[in-house]
Amino acid sequence: MTIAGLITQLLDVALGVLIAPLFIGWINQCRAWLANRSAPPLLQPYRMIRKLLHKDAVIAENASPLFRMVPYVLFGTMVTAAAIVPALGTDMPFAGAADAIALVGLFATARVFVSLAAMDIGTAFGTLGARREMMVGFLAEPALLTVVFTASLICGSTALPSIAGTLAGRELQIYPSLAFAAVAFVMVLLAENARIPIDNPATHLELTMIHEAMVLEYSARHLALIEWASALKLFNYACIGFALFLPWGLAPTGGGWLPLLFALPVLVVKLLLAGAGLALLETISAKLRIFRAPEFLAMAFLLAMLGLLVSLLLGNGR
Amino acid sequence: MTLPLSAQLIHLFAAALLLLSFAMLAQRRVLSLVNLFALQGAMLVASTAVVAYSSGQHHLYWSAGLTLILKVLLLPYILHRLIRRLQVQWDTETLVNIPTTLLLGLLVVIFSFGLAQPISQLASTLTRSTLGIAIAVVLLAFLMMITRRKAVSQVIGFLAMENGLFFAATSATYGMPMVVELGIALDVLVGVFILGIFFFQIREQFDSLDLHHLESLKEE
Amino acid sequence: MWSQRVDVAEFWANSEPALAAAALLALGWLILGLAGLLRLHSVEFVGRVLFPFGAALSLLLALTGLAALSAPPASMTLAIGLPDLPFHLHLDALSAFFLLLLGAASAGISVFAAGYFRSGEGTAPGLLCLQYHVFLASMVFVLLAADAYAFMVAWETMALSSYFLVTTQHRIPEIRRAGFLYLLIAHVGAIGILLAFGVLQGGSWQFTFDAMRAAELSPLWSSIAFGLALFGFGAKAGLVPLHVWLPEAHPAAPSPVSALMSGVMLKTALYGILRVSFDLLGAPLWWWGALALALGLFSALFGVVFAAVQTDMKRLLAYSSIENIGIAFAAFGLSILFHCFAMPQLAALALAAMLYHCLNHAFFKSLLFLATGSVLHATRERRLGKLGGLIRTMPWVAWLALVGTLAIAGLPPLNGFVSEWLLLQAFLFTPEIPQPFANMLIPLGAPALALTAALAGYVMVKFYGVIFLGRMREPQLAQAHDCGILERIGLAWLAAACVALGLTPALMLQALDPVGTLLLGSGLGTQSTGSWLLVPVSAERASYSPLLFLVGIGGSVLLTVWAVRRLYHGRIRRAAPWDCGFPLQTARMQDSAEGFGQPIRHIFDPFFRMRRELPSPLDSAPRYRVEVEDRFWHALYLPVAGGVKALAGFVGRLQRGRISVYLLYSFLTLVALLVIVL
Repeated sequence: MTIAGLITQLLDVALGVLIAPLFIGWINQCRAWLANRSAPPLLQPYRMIRKLLHKDAVIAENASPLFRMVPYVLFGTMVTAAAIVPALGTDMPFAGAADAIALVGLFATARVFVSLAAMDIGTAFGTLGARREMMVGFLAEPALLTVVFTASLICGSTALPSIAGTLAGRELQIYPSLAFAAVAFVMVLLAENARIPIDNPATHLELTMIHEAMVLEYSARHLALIEWASALKLFNYACIGFALFLPWGLAPTGGGWLPLLFALPVLVVKLLLAGAGLALLETISAKLRIFRAPEFLAMAFLLAMLGLLVSLLLGNGR
Repeated sequence: MTLPLSAQLIHLFAAALLLLSFAMLAQRRVLSLVNLFALQGAMLVASTAVVAYSSGQHHLYWSAGLTLILKVLLLPYILHRLIRRLQVQWDTETLVNIPTTLLLGLLVVIFSFGLAQPISQLASTLTRSTLGIAIAVVLLAFLMMITRRKAVSQVIGFLAMENGLFFAATSATYGMPMVVELGIALDVLVGVFILGIFFFQIREQFDSLDLHHLESLKEE
Repeated sequence: MWSQRVDVAEFWANSEPALAAAALLALGWLILGLAGLLRLHSVEFVGRVLFPFGAALSLLLALTGLAALSAPPASMTLAIGLPDLPFHLHLDALSAFFLLLLGAASAGISVFAAGYFRSGEGTAPGLLCLQYHVFLASMVFVLLAADAYAFMVAWETMALSSYFLVTTQHRIPEIRRAGFLYLLIAHVGAIGILLAFGVLQGGSWQFTFDAMRAAELSPLWSSIAFGLALFGFGAKAGLVPLHVWLPEAHPAAPSPVSALMSGVMLKTALYGILRVSFDLLGAPLWWWGALALALGLFSALFGVVFAAVQTDMKRLLAYSSIENIGIAFAAFGLSILFHCFAMPQLAALALAAMLYHCLNHAFFKSLLFLATGSVLHATRERRLGKLGGLIRTMPWVAWLALVGTLAIAGLPPLNGFVSEWLLLQAFLFTPEIPQPFANMLIPLGAPALALTAALAGYVMVKFYGVIFLGRMREPQLAQAHDCGILERIGLAWLAAACVALGLTPALMLQALDPVGTLLLGSGLGTQSTGSWLLVPVSAERASYSPLLFLVGIGGSVLLTVWAVRRLYHGRIRRAAPWDCGFPLQTARMQDSAEGFGQPIRHIFDPFFRMRRELPSPLDSAPRYRVEVEDRFWHALYLPVAGGVKALAGFVGRLQRGRISVYLLYSFLTLVALLVIVL
C-alpha cells in the first residue's frame, strides 16, 4: 500500500460521496431541458438533503430497530462500493478486499436490507415495493455479473481497477463482446437505479412505483440518507460503466500526481455526457408496465450472455 | 496478440449483425422489423466493404454496392410501401414468451458456434471466426419465421436468412462468384415481388395478413 | 450392534488416536441414546442431561475431525460383523472434513434440541433420544466405513433412524405418508449404491474400499458404477429428479431433526459421491463432470424457483436445500472436469468451493430450520400466511435468523457468499478447457449460478419478511414468546459459525487443503499473501478479504451514524404508518406468501403445474386459491408408480393359492437350475 494509493482511495470515496447528488441534479436538469420545462437548480438535491436532515424523523409506531438501522446500512454499503469502484485512478488499496463479484454482492446486500425495511412496517405499498424491487433485482443482478464476467474474460481479472487498467493500458482494440455487454449494462443501470422504463424517479403515483414505494415510510434524516445513497448508487454504476467501457483517463497505478489531476476533469466530462445520455434515454422511452419489466430485464440478461458467448467464440484478447 | 484493425471491424460488424438478429427476434412491431432489417443490411454492406478493402478482392465492392442498393434501400422501401398500402403499420405480433424465444436463440447460437468451429479451423481467411455468427444469423432468422404469424414478418425473416448466407459467403470464402451473387439478388427481388402480390391476395381473401387463416385451407 | 465387548483400553492402545476417538464418540452417542430408554417419559432428564451431553460429544467430534484433517490417514479393523466380513474403518482427510461438519453442526442442533423437545408430541422423549443419537452415530460410521458391508449397514441404520425421527408425530396421516415416501426413495437409492459397490469390486469379490481402489475397471464399467452411485447418492441428496421426498419429509420432521437431516445427512450423500468418484474410481471421465454440473445447476435453479412459491415455511427451506445441494453438485462436476483436463489447481478450487458450500449449508440451513422450530412452538403455525411481525415478540430468534437469512442469500461478508464466490471464480476458467463444445457451454453455467444466487436472495427476503417483519397477520401472534436459553445458545452457535466462516475463509481453506491433496493429488497451494486475503489463483486475478470488507462497511456505517447524530440531531416522533395516507390499513393488506411469490410464478410459469381459483369481481366472499405442484411428480413418479402397480398385479396373478401350483413352480425352478448348472 503506497501513500499515493491511499490518497487516491480517499479522494475517490470523498469525491463520490460529495458529487453524487450533483450528478442527479445534472440529470434532472437535462431531463427538464429535453422536456422543454424550466430546469430546477443544479444544487437542488443538496438542498433537499439538507432540509431533510434538519427535520424531525417521524417513524411508524410498529417499526422495529431493523427499520431504523437500514438507512445507515444502505449509505454505508454505497460508500464502501464507492471505495471499490475506480473513479479517478486504478491504484486503490481497498479494492483488493473486494472484486467486482463482491461489489455485485454488496449491491445485493443493500437491496435485501432495503426490501426488508420496506416489509417491516407492514403496509400494502411497502411489501409491494419490496416484491417488485426483488423481482427487478433477481434479474438485474445476474445480468450485471455476466457483464463483469465478459470483461474479466478479456482481462483475466475480476478486480475492477485491474480490468480498467488493462483495458485502458492496452493497444486500442474493438471488443464486440463488450458492445453487447455495454447494451446490457445500460439496461441494468436503468433498472437498478429506478429509472424509466422500469421505474419513474419522479412519480408518486402509487401503483407504478418501485423504489418510492419501499421508502414511503421514511422521513427526515433517514430519507435524506436513502436519497443520498441512491444518488451514490447511480454514481457508482456510472463509474462501473466508465471502468468497463470507457476506461481512458483513469490515473494508472504508480503514475504519480499528474494523471490524478488530469483524471478529475476527464471524469467530470464523462459524467456530464453520461448524465445527458441517460436523460435522453429516459426522455425518449416510455415507462413499461410492470409485467413487461421481467421481459426487459431478461433481454438484458440474455444480451449479457450473448456477449459472453461472442467473447468465447471470437476469443479475442486472450 | 492483437488482430489487425480490419479484422476487428469485421468482428464488430458480425457482432452487430447477431445483435440485430436478436433484436428482430424480440421485436413485436412489424414496422420496426423492417427498419431493423435495413440496419442489418447496412452492417452487411459495411463488413463486406471492409473485407473487400483488406483482402483486395475488388469484386466484393460490387457486391457491397449491390447489397446497399437492394437490401438497405430498395427492399425496405418496397416493404414500407407495402405496409402502408396494406395498412398494417400498427400491426403487432402476439409473441407469447419473448424470453423463452431468446433463450432458444441463445442455444441456436451455441449450436452454430460449435458447428462452425471445425470448419473455421480449415478456412484460411482472416475472418473465419465469424462463420459461426453467420450460421447463427441464418438459424435465428429461421427461428424468427417459426415464431411469427404475420405474413410480412415471415418475409422479413426470409430476407434476414439471406443476409446470413451472404455474410457466411463473404466471411468464409471472400464472396461468391459475381454471377451467383447477381442471380441470388435477382431471386430475392423477384421473391419479394411475388410475395407482395401474395399479400394482397391473402388480405383480399381473409381481410387479414395473419397466416393462421391459411391453416384452415387444409383438408379435414 | 457395535458391541461393547471390545476392551476400550486395548482398543485405544492398538489404533490411531483420532480414528479411535471418533469411533468412541459415536459409541458414546449410542450409550446416551440407550440411557434415554431408562426414563422414557422424562423430558427433564432427556432434555437437561442427555442432549447437552450429546452436544458436548459433538464438539469433541468436531475437534477430532479438525485434528484428523491434517493427520495421516488411519485404518483399523473391528472384529465385529459377520464371520470373514469384519468392519473396516478408515479415517482420512475427506472423512475428517465431514466429521468436522457433523460435529460442529450437530453441537448447535443438540443444544437447541435440549430445549426444544416436549412431552406429548408423538414419540416419547426417551425413545426420541435413542433415535436421535443412533442417527448421529450411524452418520459417523458412514463417514468412517472402509468396506461396502460396513458402509451399507451404517447407511441403512441412518435411513431407518431418520425415518423414525421423521414420523415422530405418527398419528397424523400426512406425516406417515411423507415418512413412507422418504423410506421408499431412500431404499431405491440404497439399491443403486449397493449395485455401484457390486460393480466397483471389479471381479475380485473383495468388498473393502482398498480392493475397490485396486480394481481395474473398463471405462464402460466405471461409467456404470458412477451412474449408479450418482443415482443412489443423488436420491439421498435430493438431486432433481430424485428430490420429491425432501419437501415432504423435512416439514414432517420435528425441527431439530429437519435441521440435522438437511444440514448434515444430505452431506453424507455428497461425501459418498466424492468418495466413489475421486477415491474409489480413481480416474473419472470428463463427461461425468458435465453430467453432474448440468444436473446440479438444474437442481439449483429448480429448487430455488420452487422455494419462491412455497407457502409453508419448512417446505420453503426444504426446496432451498435442493438448491444448495445443486450448487454443491455443480461445484463437484466442475471439479471433475478440471481434474480430467489436467488442471489440478482449478480442480482444487472447485472442490474447495464444494466443500465450503457443504459446510456453509450445514450451518445456515440448520439455523433457519431451528428458527422455524421456535416459531412453530411459539405460534403453532407454519403457514407463512398466518405469521408476521414476530421480530417484536421473538427478538432473539428473529435477529439470529437474520444472520442465517443473509448468509443463505449469499451476501457478503457472510459465509454463503464465500463459496459462491469461489465457484464463480472457478467458472471463469472454464473457457480454457480444451474441448470444443464444453468450453463454450460450461462458462454459461456462471450466469445460471448467478441467477440462482439472486433468486435465493428473493426467496430469503420472502421468508424473513413474511415471518418476522410487517404486522402480525393473526391476533394471537402477539402472545408468542421468545425461545428458551438453551435454544438461544444453539441458534447463536450456528449463527456465530456462519459469521466466522464468512470472515475467515482463507484460514478455513488452508485447513481444507489436505482434502484436495488427498482426492486430486494437489491442493490449492498455500498463498503467500497472508491469511486475511483470500486469493484463489493469483492476486492480480481476484482477491477477497471479508474482514477488511466488514471493516469498510462497519466503519462507514458507524461514521455515518456519528456524523448524522453529531451534526444534526436524533429526534424521533412515533406515529401511525403513513402508507400514502390510506385510512384503512389492516394486516391482511400485506403481501401474503402467495403474493410475494407471484412474480416468480409469472416468470417461471413453465416450471409449475398450477391450479388456480380466481374470485369473480362480484363475489361477496371472494376466495383466491393457488396450488403449485411439481411437474416431476406427475410426469415421472406417478407413471413409475403405475408401472410398479401393474407389475405387482401381474405377479399377484401367479399366486393361485393352490398348493399344487406352488409345487409346480418349485419343480420348474429346480429343473431350470439343473439345466443351467449341468
